[in-house]
Amino acid sequence: MSTTLRFFRFASPAAFYPLAGKLVPWFGAVAAILAAIGLYLGMLRAPTDATQGDAYRIIFIHVPAAWMSMLLYVVMAFWAAIGWAFNARLASIVARAIAPTGAMFTFLALWTGALWGKPTWGAWWVWDARLTSELILLFLYAGYIALVSAIDDTRRADRAGALLAVVGSVNVPIIYFSVIWWNTLHQGASVSVTTAPKMASVMLLAMLLMTLAFWAYAFAVIFVRTRAIALERDNHAAWANDSVARAPVRQGASS
Amino acid sequence: MNWNSAADFFAMGGYGTYVWGAYAVTLACMAVEPVLVAMRHRRARREIGGAPR
Amino acid sequence: MSGTFAVLVARDLRLAARRRVDVVLPIAFFTVAVSLFPLGVGPEPQTLRQIAPGVVWVAALLAAMLSVTQLYAADHADGSLEQMLLVPGARISIALSKAMSHWLLTGLPLVVAAPVFGLLFDMSAPAIASLVAGLVLGTPVLSLLGGLGAALTLGLRSGAVLLILIIVPLCIPAIIFGAGAVTAVESGLSARGHYSLLGALLIFTAVLAPIATGAALRIATE
Repeated sequence: MSTTLRFFRFASPAAFYPLAGKLVPWFGAVAAILAAIGLYLGMLRAPTDATQGDAYRIIFIHVPAAWMSMLLYVVMAFWAAIGWAFNARLASIVARAIAPTGAMFTFLALWTGALWGKPTWGAWWVWDARLTSELILLFLYAGYIALVSAIDDTRRADRAGALLAVVGSVNVPIIYFSVIWWNTLHQGASVSVTTAPKMASVMLLAMLLMTLAFWAYAFAVIFVRTRAIALERDNHAAWANDSVARAPVRQGASS
Repeated sequence: MNWNSAADFFAMGGYGTYVWGAYAVTLACMAVEPVLVAMRHRRARREIGGAPR
Repeated sequence: MSGTFAVLVARDLRLAARRRVDVVLPIAFFTVAVSLFPLGVGPEPQTLRQIAPGVVWVAALLAAMLSVTQLYAADHADGSLEQMLLVPGARISIALSKAMSHWLLTGLPLVVAAPVFGLLFDMSAPAIASLVAGLVLGTPVLSLLGGLGAALTLGLRSGAVLLILIIVPLCIPAIIFGAGAVTAVESGLSARGHYSLLGALLIFTAVLAPIATGAALRIATE
């Protein structure tokens, strides 16, 4: 019971702020190390694919980016909903902090997908089910960011964003299903443009490591953004003054 | 090691433009985003109390 | 609850009758938008027949979204919406009635006008029938989702454009199944699967969207 209460202490921006500050460098280090190993395995050790040649190596950033984009949307909706249901401000702040990073990963998934598709299938963009769904996910992120930015009242923006994110999450399976339906209808057979090659274990390991690296990166960036937003919102609060007084702003440094 | 030489590595079997184009943009985004976020945080710290210090 | 619903719909229709121009605008937009495509794409009948379902559905979607803010905006501006929301349990009735009013004023005219546009695009009779059937099932979904968007963006400056951005992704399944039904019929296949999916989508949306819209109204006005 007491440990639970101690944990909930971090639900306040004031308590979360220093904790996040300590964790960010660790997440950054983990991200760098995992990425280094993952890229070493994927780029230097993994064999060349028989069908796709070395173009398939884009998979080591395309798939992690796509997974992160989808995971972050659900996590964002979750924290936004918590913030709405329990009137927990920090949860709402975290949700807002996730959105830009999630959108970035979605863009990367689309960009790397296009660069993978061009040599493999000959076109920069193909309307296959997965890429089209990623594009729609980008619209969902854009909609969330646009909505919360358009509302001046902070709490109204948080709640409206939460509702939109939850509605979006509920719709994602429906949208995905309809896109697959649409794709098979118009291509005859379900053709996935960017099919992964048969995976040797070193490829799988590299992909997994890159996914974990992206995840650690996301934690680091989102935590810093959360700190920034918390300070922006609690501009006049005592805790904000204290934290800044304790560690005054040095030129060129901030995490 | 999968590669015989550095030149082979950069050529990526002829797909170099695509592979490195993908990795370059990814690296750029994941380098720029932390910088932008850090700048935002720094600005927030400077403006505690409602006015820039 | 049904009493409130009927009263609100009647009220909206009466108000709309006084501003007939506003009612005609979505249909006018729809007409112009649909007619632009042959001008852009070329008059080749084969091409037009192929793009017709997609064009009609997208135009219907945009026409619906452009007109949905009107239904809430006037009541919000003069404060009557907040008054209506004071009645306990009214939120869902309001959401449903606004969606119904919107459908009667925008969706239903679209359904009636669709065969004319079908002829403009040289569609066959079964294809036109399929288009109308799909629109009958799909336009209420658009009205329900549009109402959610209107409630979320209540009173915001960015209004209609923001609404389109946040709601259009949610409308994609309706477009896919609706336009797909016509394509299926034109290829000689059965569109039964499409209609079933549209029907399921309509039921799902009709049950959940008013609840979400009611929550959005509460968020926007408290």
